[in-house]
Amino acid sequence: MKVEGQVRIPSGCAIAAVISRDGKRMAGDIITESMKPMHDRSNGLGGGFAAYGIYPEYKDFYAFHVFFDERATRKNCEQFLKERFEIVKSEIIPTRKIPQITDEPIIWRYFLAPLHSVRVSMQIDENEYVARTVMKINTEMDGAYVFSSGKNMGTFKAVGFPEDVGVFYKLEEYAGYSWTAHGRYPTNTPGWWGGAHPFTLLDYSIVHNGEISSYDANRRFIEMFGYKCTLQTDTEVITYIMDYLLRVQGLTLGEAASVIAAPFWSTIENKTDAEDREKHTYLRTLFSSLLVTGPFSIVLGFNGGLMALNDRLKLRSMVAGEKDDKVFIASEEAAIRVMEPDAENVWAPAGGEPVIVKVKDGVLL
Amino acid sequence: MTIDAKNIDYKALNDAIRAADGACTVSGCLGQRFMAAGMSDKTVTITGIPGNALGAYLNGATIEVMGNAQDAVGDTMNDGTIVIHGNIGDAAGYAMRGGRIFVKGDAGYRAGIHMKAYREKQPVMVIGGKCGSFLGEYQAGGTIIVLGLTADNKPIVGNYPSTGMHGGKMFLRSGCAGIRFPKQVTAAKATDSDLQEIRGYIKEFCSHFGYDEHGILNSEFTLVTPDSKNPYQQMYVAN
Repeated sequence: MKVEGQVRIPSGCAIAAVISRDGKRMAGDIITESMKPMHDRSNGLGGGFAAYGIYPEYKDFYAFHVFFDERATRKNCEQFLKERFEIVKSEIIPTRKIPQITDEPIIWRYFLAPLHSVRVSMQIDENEYVARTVMKINTEMDGAYVFSSGKNMGTFKAVGFPEDVGVFYKLEEYAGYSWTAHGRYPTNTPGWWGGAHPFTLLDYSIVHNGEISSYDANRRFIEMFGYKCTLQTDTEVITYIMDYLLRVQGLTLGEAASVIAAPFWSTIENKTDAEDREKHTYLRTLFSSLLVTGPFSIVLGFNGGLMALNDRLKLRSMVAGEKDDKVFIASEEAAIRVMEPDAENVWAPAGGEPVIVKVKDGVLL
Repeated sequence: MTIDAKNIDYKALNDAIRAADGACTVSGCLGQRFMAAGMSDKTVTITGIPGNALGAYLNGATIEVMGNAQDAVGDTMNDGTIVIHGNIGDAAGYAMRGGRIFVKGDAGYRAGIHMKAYREKQPVMVIGGKCGSFLGEYQAGGTIIVLGLTADNKPIVGNYPSTGMHGGKMFLRSGCAGIRFPKQVTAAKATDSDLQEIRGYIKEFCSHFGYDEHGILNSEFTLVTPDSKNPYQQMYVAN
């Protein structure tokens, strides 16, 4: 049987997210619960969560979450990490044995500080240093897979239904100001723990409902810049596209949304605001290979905020709502009502219209 | 009778609705799909948020939702009435071929996609608010009416309305300035006799939601119709 990475996996899926604009931290059971009414959008072959603000005591260090197939792989990987980082802390990620989640790999987390001298000799900044490390482990070290690598954030994912994955990882014991979630519905392979969403690089995480048809075009382009797509899944390539546009190219969130969900040329031509028209023409021309076509609704998480975005034709559902300091996003309104029965201003963002929510300026995260 | 939907899945909930003797109220609904699917003879009142494909294949029953509904309301519905007191998600009335859907608020993308009609089967959808893009995509029959009562100077419909439309009628309570329609349809100001056709539907809409019929009808409507009965005659083969 072919394993994930050798076969392409289309998927259906459910997504949900919640963020506090005041930076108030919420226990993870809120997001686990939100996935329950959307149970039928997943098929038990993948569930996962991204949480922001969960490691305040280690917030200056890169938090790596890593799957290993066996002890020897872990030992090798740790040896490799020691050549590049000071390992401030390493530990098994606590999990709960439940019958719904089986065959788990070895799951560890590391808080890492890049070794200054090594980094300086490579003439790159810390984020690039960490991104290259992640790429190297994930492409060259068989049996090891870094599935989370940002500061003061972490992802938790597994093969299983999302509501069970949340219980497995004891998410109620973590407190984050922003959470995203995903339930997966792959249809071609058994699914693998690394193939569950969110996909991450540094503090960028993506949960995605959809099936993009531009995967290969996007992959060929993004691999020119050092990214390696190892899993054949469309979500992985979206994650690298966002890292490239936001971190490497320095685009704003709105600009990045205009690249991946670019309006039709006819829509751009009919814009009455000349500056806006020129900007969209420029972005579509310069990053034409990063246009993502086919159905998607995604939530991009990052330190301090999140962005939800639909494909320009809106071929997947997505609703948003608010209550006090919180903003909610989900594939279905029912999921929002679980998190906040009295959510207000429930609306469906238009295709290609990003919903950007940030923690207020001045709030210490 | 009242059915508490809390913590029961869609199958058990639908079984309970079917087993109910006559009219029933479902309270605390939270995302259960396919509610009252295929039902011919009941009145079901729902509080909470019903899941996707509410009233799919509905065959004569009446469904009233006291708040919002999600995607694919009335998917392939054949007969009956669905009344929504809030907003609805995408693809409402997907391939609907009979019956009526009344929505007080806004509809998402692709409302009325592939709605069709045949002889006495004439589906009608009335949206009180505004609609997302691709309204009436591939519409083949029936009547779609959008009233824009929540529009607040925003466009009554998003981009690309009536793309691929080749049958039926669409009434938009707006002059539709700035709205671009595809080449194969004609969008023109509705005449008094055009509006006579939909007076009964507007009246029913008003009776559900407490609006004044004359106030609604006393404004400009645009009528969208396809240019011929068979605009795709030569698309693949002569037919």
